[in-house]
Amino acid sequence: MELEIWCLEMNEKCDKEIKISYTVYNRLSLLLKSLLAITRVTPAYRLSRKQGHEYVILYRIYFGEVQLNGLGEGFQTVRVGTVGTPMGTITLSCAYRINLAFMSTRQFERTPPIMGIIIDHFVDRPYPSSSPMHPCNYRTTGEDTGVTYPSVEDSQEVCTTSFSTSPPSQLMVPGKEGGVPLAPNQPAHGAQADQERLATYTPSDGAHCAATPSSEDTETVSNSSEGRASPHDVLETIFARKVGAFVNKPINQVTLTSLDIPFAMFAPKNLELEDADPMVNPPDSPDTESPLQGSLHSDGSSGGSSGNTHDDFVMIDFKPAFSKDDILPMDLGTFYREFQNPPQLSSLSIDIGAQSMAEDLDSLPEKLAVHEKNVREFDAFVETLQ
Amino acid sequence: MNCRSEVLEVSVEGRQVEEAMLAVLHTVLLHRSTGKFHYKKEGTYSIGTVGTQDVDCDFIDFTYVRVSSDELDRALRKVVGEFKDALRNSGGDGLGQMSLEFYQKKKSRWPFSDECIPWEVWTVKVHVVALATEQERQICREKVGEKLCEKVINIVEVMNRHEYLPKMPMQSEVDNVFDTGLRDVQPYLYKISFQITDALGTSVTTTMRRLIKDTLAL
Repeated sequence: MELEIWCLEMNEKCDKEIKISYTVYNRLSLLLKSLLAITRVTPAYRLSRKQGHEYVILYRIYFGEVQLNGLGEGFQTVRVGTVGTPMGTITLSCAYRINLAFMSTRQFERTPPIMGIIIDHFVDRPYPSSSPMHPCNYRTTGEDTGVTYPSVEDSQEVCTTSFSTSPPSQLMVPGKEGGVPLAPNQPAHGAQADQERLATYTPSDGAHCAATPSSEDTETVSNSSEGRASPHDVLETIFARKVGAFVNKPINQVTLTSLDIPFAMFAPKNLELEDADPMVNPPDSPDTESPLQGSLHSDGSSGGSSGNTHDDFVMIDFKPAFSKDDILPMDLGTFYREFQNPPQLSSLSIDIGAQSMAEDLDSLPEKLAVHEKNVREFDAFVETLQ
Repeated sequence: MNCRSEVLEVSVEGRQVEEAMLAVLHTVLLHRSTGKFHYKKEGTYSIGTVGTQDVDCDFIDFTYVRVSSDELDRALRKVVGEFKDALRNSGGDGLGQMSLEFYQKKKSRWPFSDECIPWEVWTVKVHVVALATEQERQICREKVGEKLCEKVINIVEVMNRHEYLPKMPMQSEVDNVFDTGLRDVQPYLYKISFQITDALGTSVTTTMRRLIKDTLAL
């Protein structure tokens, strides 16, 4: 995109009245000062101050006719100055682009990332779009091709990815009890089948194998119904975040916990937004993760060994360089999607609230007794404050 | 010879007054300053160098170029600071103007004092607005930046018309044309004055003067 064109012309219209060289010299130096002043005033100057990471500004010098086509519509021209000399008349002018909003529509295109974004299978894409998800595109070749993961003990943990046209989802692994065993799926569009991770599994109770791969939408629905039906299982539950195409609300979650994890009882079991999970549920400590989780991250690309796969997600803050909205660098669509479904506050969920209330009420008499004993200390303290 | 007069108007927020005024004054003085003259024998002289530097404004999305002379910068900042204080203390609508006048000195015989003959006057009229929300301030930042860009372009267009400029003086008359008091730069002789106007557009000082004259006339 051309930003500015500076043009120094000399024509043959000689100014014969000017014979004194210092006048010409002074005028030329004035022209130079004007050039400096004008360079800070064009819209491209601010772009040039910010260049480096996302873009660079280059220049080209050429002779001959000026080509103003690349400046877009509505460009403006400034005549910096004219100096008549005995040899000819020098004119300096600048034509600069006004409309710098260049990449505002490109955010919605599925372009491969400029930087090497490592996207794990189980990580939500920042830009959901209608084209199929191919997280494996960005893996280094040769890695994780056809890797199978050993089943763990008698669990039927399955590692699989689901490719769907619905917004990005994270698939979960069924737990020991009451979990949802999932059949390994073929990617919806079959493009990356060779890089898909498959895992072996043995269904423990012959429960509900997920729907056929032919329709991942129905599978989504069935999973969701399964998920809802699964009891609030404390012993072993797994993160399951999915927003299927035919599901009105974001799906249940079942947190991966074991008895070792503190506050497992209080982990919200209600509907939550996929993006909010890392914030509401901090990642589990590494030693509590199941071996499967460890193997999931064994490739090392994600680098984290935490049970929460969100640690592997590298958040790239996409600020398009020529976007119009400087105030809100986020894309409006992304912003709206992210905040359309705010996470439910854990403190507001009824179960937890009821539990804590009951506990508080029970412990109240004891607390009062203790406080009454210490009345004198409290009074002394208050007096020191005054 | 008539004095050339140029008027610029800006509407700014209170905290932007200083930077906006400095931007305009420095841009004008950049064009009206040279390096120090070093006179040699036989009436020739050489001109020293003048550096330039960028100044980024804190309250306006704007950058301007000024002469690399701290002395000159200090002198301008002092005057602009006084103007800003006067504007703030005047209350009222926040209307004021600053004038940058370039003049030549003409030696007169004793007992008459030297005559100052202006050959160019730049007047900047300032209207101070008060804004309520942060968003308005942000928009104002950008708008004022754009306006100042236009003002700089106007200044440059006027400067490059190459209208009257005092002749280069001989060594004995340098002080009649240039301000040789600064160490690193030599602008044309200039003086800066300001006025605070009330809502009616008349200057407060002229109103006072009129009142005094009227009372004396009685």
